[in-house]
Amino acid sequence: MNELQFLTWVRGPGLDIAVGIFVLGVLWRLFEIYSLGRKKDLAAPRHAAGASGLHTVFRRSIPPPGGVKRSPVSYIGGYIFHIGLAIVVFGFAPHILLIKNLTGLSWPGLPSQFIDLAAVVTMAAMVVVLVDRINKPVKRFLSTFGDWFTWTVTFLPVLTGWLAVQHLLLPYTTMLALHILSVEILLIVLPFTKLFHAFTLFGSRWYNGKVNGQRGVPV
Amino acid sequence: MQGPLIDTLARQGITRRTFLKYCTTLASMMALPPAAGLAMAEAMAAARRPSVIWLPFQECTGCTESITRSHSPTLEGMIFDMISLDYQETLMAAAGHQAEEALQAAMKENAGKYLLIVDGSIPLDMDGAYSCIGGRSNVEILKEAAAGAAAIVAMGSCAAFGGIPKANPNPTGAVSVSDIIKDKPIVNIPGCPPIPVVMTGVLAHYLTFGSLPELDDKGRPKAFFGETIHDRCYRRPFYDQGKFAKTFDDEGARMGWCLFELGCKGPVTYNACATVKWNGGTSWPVESGHGCLGCSEPDFWDAGGFYKALSVPADPLEFGAAAAVVGAGAGVAVSFANRAKKRAAKAAHQTTTLADLEK
Amino acid sequence: MSASLEKGINALKQVIDAPIASYFNSCVHCGLCADACLFYTETGDPKYTPIHKLEPLRRVYEQEYTLLGRLKKVVGLSKPVTDDELDQWQSLVYDSCTMCGRCSMVCPVGNDIVYMVRKFREGMAASGHVPDGIKGATQRTVEIGGPMGLKWPAVANVIRKAEEATGLAIPVDKEGADYLVLLSSMEIVNFPEYLEALAKIFSKAGISFTLASDAFEATNAGIQIGNSDIAKVIVSRIVDAAEKLKVKNVLSPECGHAYMAIRWEGPNLIGRPFTFNVVHVLELLDELRLKGVLKMKSTFKEPLILHDPCQIVRRGGVLQAAEPLIQQVADNYIPIVDKQKWNWCCGGGGGASAIHTDEAEALRAKVFQVKKRQIEEAGVSTMVTFCANCRIVMEEGVDHYEMDTKLLGLTELLAEHLED
Repeated sequence: MNELQFLTWVRGPGLDIAVGIFVLGVLWRLFEIYSLGRKKDLAAPRHAAGASGLHTVFRRSIPPPGGVKRSPVSYIGGYIFHIGLAIVVFGFAPHILLIKNLTGLSWPGLPSQFIDLAAVVTMAAMVVVLVDRINKPVKRFLSTFGDWFTWTVTFLPVLTGWLAVQHLLLPYTTMLALHILSVEILLIVLPFTKLFHAFTLFGSRWYNGKVNGQRGVPV
Repeated sequence: MQGPLIDTLARQGITRRTFLKYCTTLASMMALPPAAGLAMAEAMAAARRPSVIWLPFQECTGCTESITRSHSPTLEGMIFDMISLDYQETLMAAAGHQAEEALQAAMKENAGKYLLIVDGSIPLDMDGAYSCIGGRSNVEILKEAAAGAAAIVAMGSCAAFGGIPKANPNPTGAVSVSDIIKDKPIVNIPGCPPIPVVMTGVLAHYLTFGSLPELDDKGRPKAFFGETIHDRCYRRPFYDQGKFAKTFDDEGARMGWCLFELGCKGPVTYNACATVKWNGGTSWPVESGHGCLGCSEPDFWDAGGFYKALSVPADPLEFGAAAAVVGAGAGVAVSFANRAKKRAAKAAHQTTTLADLEK
Repeated sequence: MSASLEKGINALKQVIDAPIASYFNSCVHCGLCADACLFYTETGDPKYTPIHKLEPLRRVYEQEYTLLGRLKKVVGLSKPVTDDELDQWQSLVYDSCTMCGRCSMVCPVGNDIVYMVRKFREGMAASGHVPDGIKGATQRTVEIGGPMGLKWPAVANVIRKAEEATGLAIPVDKEGADYLVLLSSMEIVNFPEYLEALAKIFSKAGISFTLASDAFEATNAGIQIGNSDIAKVIVSRIVDAAEKLKVKNVLSPECGHAYMAIRWEGPNLIGRPFTFNVVHVLELLDELRLKGVLKMKSTFKEPLILHDPCQIVRRGGVLQAAEPLIQQVADNYIPIVDKQKWNWCCGGGGGASAIHTDEAEALRAKVFQVKKRQIEEAGVSTMVTFCANCRIVMEEGVDHYEMDTKLLGLTELLAEHLED
């Protein structure tokens, strides 16, 4: 298999399989989780401004008072790499084209130099967050194989994408194929690892906001 | 045509100065030092013309056309004068048995020294019966001719990589020269057709230095195939700015914006079109408004569609809907199992009393 | 004598619901919940990271309610939860968790960790992994009537004394009253002035009230131990009395988890909404303040800070009542940085204060440092709170560190300065 055949495979059957497993996994896991249901809260609710599931879905994106000061790496690093990923994934013209092809949705892309910068900053932030996971006792204590694994499968698409655009290490065709392959691996493992928080975090925040909102506490 | 090449050129109205300039350009294109231009000119002007045998297999003659057909004589065409082209079916006057005899004679006379140029792929299915010359299969002729060759030039994507004959489902079992010949230096000059100057560049290098130019991992001269079309494309700034033509007749297309979204394969295609251009430097595909097809890459024909952008799936997502159904099905099945389990747990519940707090 | 691992696992299978599933799937092991937990911040020991306290629950969830988890269990990749393991976790779930709910406020993916701890305790209780201290309190509450083993005659004694002191009648078992007043044992024993203050305020406001001889105790050790069956037995006494006496409201005392038990867990324990309202005493006082009934004859001069009890404020939703009340009675109220829903726990909630092992007491003293810091940073020698348990736990902390801090109950403070 030469590199163009490799690229053609990852763009064709490879992507098909990955997206298929992703869609399958996401639906399966969402049903599995949310079909467990919950009991209705019978206590008379107390109404308070800002105390609801929806409020918490949005409010939890903001750090708690003093949080950034206590854990600067987690918050700042976390923000940078999440926003960076969003910029790179949704702002790079070729990615938008893929999304358009899959969903029909489209929007203007960002200049590639900016994407470049975002990718580098994202990778730097991810490395810093990884070092923090190794250094900080709590994070190291909580870490399992899944944490190192998911870090890797998230990092690789950014790295290979950046290397491909920069024409580093391997010929562009090979690197582009590796990039798409790494994204496919990411898609496949996402529903079955902690990366699934990308989906469940909305439900989690909503439940938390809802349960405490019943008591009139904006959490 | 007798005497040194320079005299022949002079007879055709090409001055020494023009020839020197051409050689210098050629040298710089091949990333050789400036002095190499002069050396090249001198070597070529005085060269003893090497014997060249050109074998056509499963091909369309486009490669020959590319090099020989032009409205006015060109230096690329003239370069034929610096070799002794002893066998070229399309160009030679002889035909039939005479032609085959010329081939045998040339191979015999120049054994171990001649340059073998091949265009077209070689079919292997049905013992090579898909393409025969004078009752002999291509593969048989190739093996015979290769045995006495000093080096082989695989001209065009068919000879280099199998090309269109090899396109899925490859009915003839077509393969490239390098799939068959393993013991000779082979230069691949892919392209459908290849750029003429690449051919002359390789010949000039061979004549000047007596060796083949530096090749990449696909056997292509690095000097011409070192960079992608995309990297050398004059429309690249538009790509970087995110300005793309969305259709072939929109404002973006008229403004000359990047053709990436229209399926241009420039980013994965290594060739010199963007710098050398075609038809005497007149234009090239992207300049004329069409994306690169990637014709100098292996299997370009099967690379997921000419009009599909590189970042989009080559095939429509066929499993998507099925996956959604299976996923939802699995989820619902697990839901039912979970709910049954939870009900069972509730049924198994015994009301706790104080005594039950002790083990 | 029938607690067993099997029962414990069964209890967990019963309580695991969609929120818990969503929470466990959302956790990214960021460890930020540790920053919110005083047991981690004051000890620096990562084992006190809140989400880690739920590890057995997570495994039961994964093994019972996910397809991959079941597979992992079958092939031996995921070890079943054992009795030994739950035994190890007992101190994490009880000694070092006060169910203060601060972790639930900070989790970036929105996990309500304390919600899960409450559910996890159901399994711990059913499998017999409960600290003796809480077990004893639960036993006394069920068998005698209150966690401290107090019986009605003691309460009647306090009532008589309050009547003497105030010259006001304190009705018992009176039908159709506006409020059924509940007490907590701690108040009956340690702060009998609470009842006097209430009698005065009710009389001024012209509100009728009563006590119930068969339901005077508001605390509910069943909630702390984490067993809904027992909690239901305890809360049903109040519900039955309130319905028998046809009161409009039940007044929860200052005690934090008593409010949680009757106001928020109560209807869910008995499986139907209440026919009466549950009001926290501060909510009532704040309402009276707004009506102008609550007038002060004098004010407290010394600078003071407020400790917001977790179960009333952060987890109970009585967010705004305390501050205006304290401003009414104190000239020098100093708001602290982490107040109201962000306040730090006293270190003894959720039943922890009932655990009297050496380790638990040493740990409580250690984590009291967070309160000590708040007091020292504000530079005050008075701290006001409105939960008898918080008050006792913090008094122990103050003694431990030989501080000169005075702890006051808010209702008591108001009563002292109330216009006659």
